[in-house]
Amino acid sequence: MVSALNKKLIRELWRLRGQVVAIAMVIACGVATLVMALSTVEALQVTTQAYYDRYHFGDVFATVTRAPERLKQKIAEIPGVQAVQTRITRYATVDIKNFEEPVVGLVTSIPESGQPRLSQLVIRSGRWVSPGRDDEVILAEPFAEAHGLKLGDSLSVIMNGHKRSFQIVGIALCPEFIYNLAPGALMPDDKRFGVLWMGREVLAAAFDQDEAFNDVTLKLLHNVAVEPVLERLDVLLEKYGGTGAIARADQISNWFVMNEITQQLTMARILPTIFITVAIFLTNMVLARLIATERNEIGLLKAFGYSNWEIAWHYIKMMLVISAIGVGIGSLIGMLFGRMNTEMYATLFRFPLLIYRPSAEPFLIGGILSTIAALVGALSSVNSAVKLPPAEAMQPPSPPVYRHSIFTHSRFIRWLDQPTRIALRQIGRFPVRSFFTSAGIALSVGLMIMILQWDDSLNHMAQVNFYQAQRQNVVVGLVEPQATRSLHDFEQLPGVIRAEPMRMVGADFIANNITHRGGINGIRSGKENLLQPVYDDIKQEIFSVPENGLVLSMTLAKKLKLNIGDKVLVEFREGRRPKYSIPVVGIIKTYIGTPAYMNLSALNRLLKERPRFSHANLLVDRKKENELFAELKNTPRVSAVMLKQAAIDSFYDILVKHLMVFISMFTGLAFILGFGVAYNSTRISLSERGRELATLRVLGFSRGEISYVLLCEVAILILLGLPLGCLVGWGLSWSMTNAFGTELFRVPQLVEASTYGAAAVTIILSTIFSAALVRRKLDKLDLIRVLKTRE
Amino acid sequence: MPSTPNDPTTKATLEAKGLTKVYRSGEVEVHALRGVDFALYRHEMVVLLGASGSGKSTLLNILGGLDLPTDGSVHFEGKDFSAAEDGALTRFRRDHVGFVFQFYNLIPSLTAYENVALVTEIAPNPILPEEALKLVSLEGRMNHFPAQLSGGEQQRVAIARAIAKQPDILLCDEPTGALDKQTGILVLEAIENINRELGTTTVVITHNTVVGGMADRIVHISDGLIAGIDINKSRLPAKDLDW
Repeated sequence: MVSALNKKLIRELWRLRGQVVAIAMVIACGVATLVMALSTVEALQVTTQAYYDRYHFGDVFATVTRAPERLKQKIAEIPGVQAVQTRITRYATVDIKNFEEPVVGLVTSIPESGQPRLSQLVIRSGRWVSPGRDDEVILAEPFAEAHGLKLGDSLSVIMNGHKRSFQIVGIALCPEFIYNLAPGALMPDDKRFGVLWMGREVLAAAFDQDEAFNDVTLKLLHNVAVEPVLERLDVLLEKYGGTGAIARADQISNWFVMNEITQQLTMARILPTIFITVAIFLTNMVLARLIATERNEIGLLKAFGYSNWEIAWHYIKMMLVISAIGVGIGSLIGMLFGRMNTEMYATLFRFPLLIYRPSAEPFLIGGILSTIAALVGALSSVNSAVKLPPAEAMQPPSPPVYRHSIFTHSRFIRWLDQPTRIALRQIGRFPVRSFFTSAGIALSVGLMIMILQWDDSLNHMAQVNFYQAQRQNVVVGLVEPQATRSLHDFEQLPGVIRAEPMRMVGADFIANNITHRGGINGIRSGKENLLQPVYDDIKQEIFSVPENGLVLSMTLAKKLKLNIGDKVLVEFREGRRPKYSIPVVGIIKTYIGTPAYMNLSALNRLLKERPRFSHANLLVDRKKENELFAELKNTPRVSAVMLKQAAIDSFYDILVKHLMVFISMFTGLAFILGFGVAYNSTRISLSERGRELATLRVLGFSRGEISYVLLCEVAILILLGLPLGCLVGWGLSWSMTNAFGTELFRVPQLVEASTYGAAAVTIILSTIFSAALVRRKLDKLDLIRVLKTRE
Repeated sequence: MPSTPNDPTTKATLEAKGLTKVYRSGEVEVHALRGVDFALYRHEMVVLLGASGSGKSTLLNILGGLDLPTDGSVHFEGKDFSAAEDGALTRFRRDHVGFVFQFYNLIPSLTAYENVALVTEIAPNPILPEEALKLVSLEGRMNHFPAQLSGGEQQRVAIARAIAKQPDILLCDEPTGALDKQTGILVLEAIENINRELGTTTVVITHNTVVGGMADRIVHISDGLIAGIDINKSRLPAKDLDW
């Protein structure tokens, strides 16, 4: 048997259904974003961890030029090391039939006898390479898929100058390559970069690594600090051309996966907070109004002998029902979004199996947070209801007191007609509520800006990276640094208009007791006609590298706490490994990596070498590209060919796909938020001022005119909310870009004017939509009933 | 001098014929008016007397263009608006009718002056708000908000607001219902003053038979029908009313 009070509850909820739905939707958005982010994190974390454990992903990674296999024993003796896996890995040009462009392959050795100790493969189809066969290869699954390569197909690899043909015997995945990034690339491009596994013997013979290795992976015992191991390993590897060991955290594929998890967690903090805050304000606003209209009933109930707690519980229940509806809808949407999100990651990250099977935890957190929000929102109004003495409650509330203020006396007010004055004074009379309405609108605008600005910033990042800082269209990496005079050979290649040398050298930078492992790019000095200039996005111009001294990226300078004029100790990790104290002569703003630049000749001089280069930047006539590619595929000195257009295409391809998903999600969320705020605000205004508006109708105002009185107030609050929203959006994007700024990647904070515009228009549309709904109610205003009753 | 129904040369300003009004309240039909013929003549003051639920307010609402009859016709200056659209009714109210209600219905966020200006801004031929307030002797309290005025003062502002547009008809629904006797008389005096000074045709609804004394005609309404009409040979000044 439903009690009378519960029947009242059900009927009140039904009567206020518009507002109930609007608040529930805002709560739902909060829960949805929370569930989406947390469940995605859960899926990524659980899958990654299981994958790493099961297939023995290493903890430490290092490369050398060539180290004897017996060194393995010494490495294994480093305290804390559980397992050592030595390998031979090389970048090589892959030639695939019917694909003109050269493809970069990372050729990695595996024991012919079976799975390596670490970084094991997941054989998706086919089999392991056979011992004694030197023409078998296992291909990474994304690479095979991108080219439609199947078991039994063959491809050619240029190894140490020799073109050799291999047959595909297996297709595999590996925890080391969840995120497949070609050297220097921003986004994965499975058509132009792939991992190939071959028998150790084959690679040892091809790359002169008999009884030797050039890559080592370690697994550490539990609870072993990684830093001391890195140091000891570096010492061991130093004389074999070690370029510095890295921990798992810095391993590129793992870094990207972990970075995504961090981003999702950041999102799980920022977004639900916005929605839940707004939900608190909305429940507070709606409940305060409901209790104001039910003063008589509350007095009556108390007169009948209902206790304060019973009355409080009645209203709290109402808010709990709204919050439960929100949690229900939000959980469903959150699961849907979470699945979409996870599926999107499944295309970006290659796991053997990425299952979206959220646990109860995200839903519980969402439910608890929303319940708290509903209770906090209900607190003050319920308290005021409980405090009402029954006799007083049954009296009508005293009329709202308006006093003379800036809203009555200013010169400006005198220019306004009465309906506009009503709207302005209503705002002045309820400043807190008005502020929260504007703030709610501001948050929805801010949310829109925050998501839309990604498009602006990533575009800007691409613009700077691909166009301002790269004027070439092909970069060729060499197996070994070559004498500068051989640049001429590249100039002679078909379609090449110009060629420019560049040298990349690994180096440690030491300053202020901080060591940074990185490298120096040696490039030509000058501003004009450079294919590989240094572009500073602060001055927005090309920075000419001086004849002497180092130019650091701002991130690197900040990390090492260096300013222009300071000196930094540079320890080269190549050649004779010289050490120098070099002055910093310039600091530039870049978005990718932590580059350091020097004049090419100066760099060669410091290395005590004759002029040499490791990369050639080419400006190519695109009509003759294919001829060039054919030639490059067969050039033994070339280890990798990077095509700018391909990089741009894959950048935008992934960007558009992923950003579109997020932009559509967030537009929906922001729309609902804007709608929820505007609808509740207008609806409450209507409930409070029904009498006033009916009076105006009786006095001869048309429906349009009274709509103006009602909507003018909301419109003013929205107009105030828009610029506030732009500020909020700027702040949100600032905190987001800062939260996501890393050494590898920094997203510039940039909000285009059009983004502010688009965000404002979206939210204005959502408020127009809510205004239209309320306007329909105005048309049904019962003049007579309203006027004949006491307030 | 008001025109009277006995004078065949004068035409009625407002004329209703065969008015019926049926409200549907759930499954129950309420017959609020059951065929009322009623005419209102220029400059006269009519008091509609009847018990609560007699149908007098329904009649007033239909005459004032707030409500439409279920059947019958209402002519204002020869034009029928018994089936008029919302826009036409709005214009009729805006241009020709002033309303005064029991519960004042002032806009709390506007001062007395501004409450009156609300109407003068949209009416075609208004008097100045201050003049309207002077007619109800409130010129001294023009800049007060409703919350700063007594009940009687608020009702007088409502009257000033109703007549500022110089309406053809002033309709007052229980204007003294929420007031004590003394204040009520002040309000009735204001209404009387408007009727005399401006010649505004006035209808006052009340259940207080004493108020009938100030009218040219007293129309008794009972059970949705006109039960009888009394004509006063001479009107009592409002200040001499006593109850």
